[in-house]
Amino acid sequence: MGRTFFLCWGLGMASPLVSIENVDMRYGGPSGTLAVSGLNLKINRGEFVAVVGPSGCGKSTLMKLTTGLHIPQTGAVIVANQQVTKPVSIVGMAFQNPTMLPWRTTLENILLPLEIVERHRHRLRAHKAEYVAKAEKLLETVGLKGFGDKFPWQLSGGMQQRANLCRALIHEPELLMLDEPFGALDAFTREELWCVIRDLHASQDVTIVLVTHDLRESVFLADKVVVMSARPGRVVAEHDVPFERPRQLELLYEPAFNEMVQKLHGEIATARAAA
Amino acid sequence: MTTLDTSTPVAVPPKPAFTVNWVRLAPFLYTIGLFVIWEIGVRISGLPHTILPTPTRVFEAIIQYWSPIWKNSLQTLYTTVLGFLIAVVAGLGIGLFIGWSKTIYAGLYPIMVGFNAVPKVALVPILVIWFGIGTVPAVLTAFLISFFPIVVNVATGLATIEPETEDVLRALGAKKMDIMLKVGIPRSMPYFFGSLKVSITLAFVGSVVSETVASNSGLGNMMASAQSNFNVPLVFAGLLMLAFEGIVMYALMAWFEQRMTGWAHRSTMAN
Ligand SMILES: Nc1ncnc2c1ncn2[C@@H]1O[C@H](COP(=O)(O)OP(=O)(O)OP(=O)(O)O)[C@@H](O)[C@H]1O
Ligand SMILES: [Mg+2]
Repeated sequence: MGRTFFLCWGLGMASPLVSIENVDMRYGGPSGTLAVSGLNLKINRGEFVAVVGPSGCGKSTLMKLTTGLHIPQTGAVIVANQQVTKPVSIVGMAFQNPTMLPWRTTLENILLPLEIVERHRHRLRAHKAEYVAKAEKLLETVGLKGFGDKFPWQLSGGMQQRANLCRALIHEPELLMLDEPFGALDAFTREELWCVIRDLHASQDVTIVLVTHDLRESVFLADKVVVMSARPGRVVAEHDVPFERPRQLELLYEPAFNEMVQKLHGEIATARAAA
Repeated sequence: MTTLDTSTPVAVPPKPAFTVNWVRLAPFLYTIGLFVIWEIGVRISGLPHTILPTPTRVFEAIIQYWSPIWKNSLQTLYTTVLGFLIAVVAGLGIGLFIGWSKTIYAGLYPIMVGFNAVPKVALVPILVIWFGIGTVPAVLTAFLISFFPIVVNVATGLATIEPETEDVLRALGAKKMDIMLKVGIPRSMPYFFGSLKVSITLAFVGSVVSETVASNSGLGNMMASAQSNFNVPLVFAGLLMLAFEGIVMYALMAWFEQRMTGWAHRSTMAN
């Protein structure tokens, strides 16, 4: 009894939450675009990983492989000790383009995942009030208190992205995949949302993968920054971010921070040139 | 100086008390204008009633033959609306079926296009062989001619779901059915309600064509027999009644569309 417990515990600690092993992914049949090739990546439970790389190098592809939206032709993607053969349901996703449904209010949009995820859909009707309260709390966290009954098209682009974030979080996913979620935001809102994500990661037991073009964002938020090569994408470098948590925005102006950003910048420039 | 100061704020408000909303009035004014030009044009050119009657003569005919006109108008409205309703149900069903999968879409689409290319008037004789002369062929022709736009629009609404929206839902473990219910069907509703306007007008075409060649009642039949009696004002009276019914039904569908899918208009306006 004690031994099994110990074994399970040991396994849970040792194996990463996401493990991508020698993956090739080609779009559109045998003669199509080879998006990623020889991709290897491990993401531990509770880790915050940022993925950077030249445009079109396969970052979004990496996200879709991890969530099971695409199945690789060769290699294996393993999430939570299981090989991915269909979409895994422990994830929350947010894209750059906020895909809010215009016929639902913001609150109803945020509740949408609960109508789908197995764990929640049967409870939703009976526990509606509880879920609504939760959604409203999330809205408050991202600074959208009182906007729940507005329709998405009544919100600004930045507000829609915040709502999008709430929708990715409502079902408390173990793994949060963010694909350039702050792309279209102004600098101030963006920094504000960095803090929201930072606090979320600190307070909850969540693993986050963030794809971004903003190197400062990646260094400020992540435990580990993964640099990808130009297409076909593979991982060329992994950097542990040494800065202490909790990190404050002042960190952005420290020399060590900027040095790391510059180093990453240089690496991506090299990766682009190699293509 | 002081008198000027006090008078200006008072002087402004009374102005908008009586303004004519020209946009609202425009449809009525233009319609009346059309009739006036028609009346004057016919009178000046001196065309006989048997070729082009004046509007006043047509209205006279409406009053004179009110009882048959009323009866036949109701009959046409009945066959049209019945055919249209069948088209709505069938069109929605077939549209959802076609939009469901890429394979079904690819397989059925050419068949549908081919079917739509066949002039429906050519089908009336077949319908008469199957169902005899009367209401049934008229209803079926109205149905056949009006269901295609509905099918195409519903299927298009389903087929154009943004891949990112679909990805977000699939990553949550959504089945095809979930995606259809949560996104596909609500999304295709503006297309569906938009197609109703086109569809109802086509339904009138179908029922009248069928009544003209294969029926003993309806406006189509009434106009055909009026024409063989050289009663041209009555033919025009029938046309006017048809136009009137068409406008009313179209307006009803437009209102319906606005009521059901107002979000689509507002959301595109906001973007
Ligand atoms: N659905 C698709 N069909 C065909 N090719 C695709 C598809 N999606 C992506 N690709 C190709 O795969 C490659 C990687 O695309 P991906 O979207 O993963 O890039 P990315 O790193 O996310 O780029 P960006 O930073 O610009 O978002 C690109 O060259 C692209 O042309
Ligand atoms: Mg991308």
